[in-house]
Amino acid sequence: MSALSPHLPILQIIIPLIGAFLAGFLRRGSVAFALTLVVIWIMPFIAGALLWQALTSGPISYALGGWAPPWGIEYRVDVLNGFVLFLVSAVGAVIIPFARRSVAFEIEPGRQAWFYSMYLLCLSGLLGITITGDAFNAFVFLEISSLATYVLIALGHDRRALLAAFQYLILGTIGATFYVIGVGFIYLVTGTLNMADIADRLGPAAADQSRAIFAGLAFVTVGISLKLALFPLHVWLPNAYAYAPSLVTAFLAGTATKVAIYLLVRFFFSVFGVAIDFRALPVTEVLLALSIAAMFIASIIAVFENDLKRMLAYSSVAQIGYITLGIALANQAGLTGGLVHLFNHAVMKTALFLSLGAVFFRLGTVRLDQLAGLGRKMPLTMLAFAVAGFGLVGTPGTAGFISKWYLAIGALDRGWWWLVLLIVASSLIALVYIGRVVEVVWFRPTSPTFEGATDPPLSMLLPILVLAAATIYFGFNTELSANIAATAAKTLLGGLK
Amino acid sequence: MTPLRMPDSLVLIAVALPFLGALLIPLFGKHPNQREAVTLVTAVALVAAVAGLLAPVLGGARPEAGGFEIAPGLALAFQVEPLGMLFALVASSLWIVNSIYSIGYMRANNEPRQTSFYVYFAIALGSTIGVAFAKNLFTLFLFYEALTLSTYPLVAHKQNAEAMRSGRIYLLLLLGTSLVLFLPAIVATWVLAGTLDFTPGGVLGGKASGTVIGVLLALYVFGIGKAAVMPLHFWLPAAMVAPTPVSALLHAVAVVKAGVFAILKVAILIFGADALASTGQSGWLTIVAGTTVIAASVVALRQNNLKRRLAYSTISQLSYVVLGVAILTPISMIGAAIHIAAHALGKITLFFAAGSIHTASHLTDVSQLDGIGRRMPWTMGAFAIGALSVIGIPPTAGFLGKWFILGGAMQTENWLAVAVIVVSTVLNATYLLPIVFRAFFREPPKARTPEHGEAPWPIVLALTATAAGTVLLFLLPGTPLALSKLMLGR
Repeated sequence: MSALSPHLPILQIIIPLIGAFLAGFLRRGSVAFALTLVVIWIMPFIAGALLWQALTSGPISYALGGWAPPWGIEYRVDVLNGFVLFLVSAVGAVIIPFARRSVAFEIEPGRQAWFYSMYLLCLSGLLGITITGDAFNAFVFLEISSLATYVLIALGHDRRALLAAFQYLILGTIGATFYVIGVGFIYLVTGTLNMADIADRLGPAAADQSRAIFAGLAFVTVGISLKLALFPLHVWLPNAYAYAPSLVTAFLAGTATKVAIYLLVRFFFSVFGVAIDFRALPVTEVLLALSIAAMFIASIIAVFENDLKRMLAYSSVAQIGYITLGIALANQAGLTGGLVHLFNHAVMKTALFLSLGAVFFRLGTVRLDQLAGLGRKMPLTMLAFAVAGFGLVGTPGTAGFISKWYLAIGALDRGWWWLVLLIVASSLIALVYIGRVVEVVWFRPTSPTFEGATDPPLSMLLPILVLAAATIYFGFNTELSANIAATAAKTLLGGLK
Repeated sequence: MTPLRMPDSLVLIAVALPFLGALLIPLFGKHPNQREAVTLVTAVALVAAVAGLLAPVLGGARPEAGGFEIAPGLALAFQVEPLGMLFALVASSLWIVNSIYSIGYMRANNEPRQTSFYVYFAIALGSTIGVAFAKNLFTLFLFYEALTLSTYPLVAHKQNAEAMRSGRIYLLLLLGTSLVLFLPAIVATWVLAGTLDFTPGGVLGGKASGTVIGVLLALYVFGIGKAAVMPLHFWLPAAMVAPTPVSALLHAVAVVKAGVFAILKVAILIFGADALASTGQSGWLTIVAGTTVIAASVVALRQNNLKRRLAYSTISQLSYVVLGVAILTPISMIGAAIHIAAHALGKITLFFAAGSIHTASHLTDVSQLDGIGRRMPWTMGAFAIGALSVIGIPPTAGFLGKWFILGGAMQTENWLAVAVIVVSTVLNATYLLPIVFRAFFREPPKARTPEHGEAPWPIVLALTATAAGTVLLFLLPGTPLALSKLMLGR
């Protein structure tokens, strides 16, 4: 074991990659599922070990193939990406038991093994973006995860899934291209691709080549913003979430956008922020304005959606607004709020999408007008939905409250009391769209069409209940969420120029 | 760590008991008698636990429990101070009476979903005790929201279109005001004062300018929507669609009193009464509270539906407490605290009577009540006593609170407040006494169908008990008075 421990960073990536490769050769979905189950449950333990090491003894640097950075590719784990690695791998692992029946129900038998292959490939891509300390390597992993995502979305049962996947393919490619152009500009100026090295060299270069650096910053920001679905670059997200298989939607909502947000934070605070005073640039103001627009416009759209997957998708766009708001605040409480919401939103939104997956499994629909009184037929599923839903609203006693608490303090520390009112006012809209569902499923007379519907089998129910319980748990215990987010925020802000 | 002393563990027991009851009740869902026994046993145990805290609190102790820190500023902690003691005592002892009443009411009216009714009721009571014993603003806020969420299903209990619409108003207004106004006020308090603990003398003194204090006060007063200060009162009449036991205990006692209790507590223990007085920011509060008192009474006059009339009366009476805060004298704040207890007893009696009439005769409107006192002498007798208390006529408890608030207003020569109290008393008499008159002195309509007598005995027992309590509290006001004085540290 001790021989392996220095290689944990690469094992984090290579194990799911090999798993994906093997699963691609399998015929039977159930065998691929078993393989995935084993592989994916190793992930949180590796990530946990890495996070623990980063917390106790500082950042870990791993030179890929023995080539010393900055010449070779460096994997670098500090508190921030250790936190994200753990979040992504834990979400991937917690929801996997749900997959067996859900995938068997939604995806034709011949493609189930491919599904698991793509799922593992997507996971290793996302973990790769997070773990790498190399700007170009991040692009490679971005493409790996994106290509796998396109396939996963296109596997949706509805034919519109193909269109949604195509739409995402086009926009995702534009995003990735923008990102790589931005990295090109940076390379032009600094001659390096290692993020820490870029940060070192960017400062001296900023004096005479500031235009190239700003162009690089702009391209990177826009490119990543497309991937993280920052309003108004979110147009791919609602369709992709609505038509993807249930498990994929839950997985993407908890991981893909979160990793993109991580990359943005990394570039803002660890790469550009170290060299130039980006708080003086209009970047933060633009981000602030777009975040607020997302919080309100996307929430209002969510209120009028009848398809609950689309409703939650728009809600995601709004909630991403909270996270980017915290980034734009760029102070201790604000950034902590943004990062802790990255964690909390992943937990809550995954719970919500999984419970919709269970509803789809039983009824074959998630249209609100067909779910009257469902709470009496599927009480535990809908209870979990309500708990995670009120978490989104930010009710005290749930994880969502902790996020809003930090964000509000961050806004007040800046002296922006109006922003505090905007934050709480937009959670009121969340109350409307969640309350609407709660009312229909719990207080309308039960529709006679779902005679036999009950809570799903334990393998599907358990992940839902675990995530709903986590929504409450992280409302009371913030050791893992807010404490680590605060540590990460402190490090990030401490490095700023 | 020292082992928990007895009163300290009693605090946790008191908060946990109703939640425990809520877990046990569904286990007996198929056996109504055992199910109701669980509710009653829980209620009695709760009163015993709360009463066990009374002597230490009167002796100057402040039993504490919890102290679990979630994040900086956010601690889950309980501390029993005199005002919370008074509130918990009122809410828990009335829960016993109300449970007896519920048994009679729910069964006689064949209400559906009785198991979930008792479950949500127990959760609501647990949340109320949590509000009462909260050591800091966060804990209060947590249980305040839990109280809203647990009473929402009770408001929507009938599950028809009207109940759902009312439930929507209820949830949006109460959760909405708390999230949009109350929460920012708490965040601002934390940023300004660096603590959220309820502290004698307040924590905001000298920490902010008069204007900021004024804005914060406004955020608290309107953010605590449960106090039903106009114009944020709509949820209360809407909530009357719930079964009468809910209106009686929750929407005349637990929920609404949690609102005014929170305002009183914030005024005394967060702002500090003296600090608030020195900023001169309470003039507008007198006007807002006074307007609510008068306007709600006028609206009550025009309501023909008995429960709606009582609801508007509650809105008016709640603002007496806010008025007591706005006058900003020790004596008026003591009056406010006593009014919380006194109005609880009087108003629950009136609602019990309204539900009793509904159960026995299916009548809901004031205009239908001619001569009903001859058929239901106990009910209407209790109603008369409750009415006297709400108006504020001795020998009923309602007199005490009003007397102290009026005294405070006179002392500070706040003539506006004096006028409000006098005019309101006249209005109270105008909307309540004609009902008593009708019931006893008008001839019943000849074609009354069908014959009926009193409501089932649990209902009669409950309303007689609360009516007696109203008189008893006037005769023996020692405990509430002592607690109210201790609340101000004297």
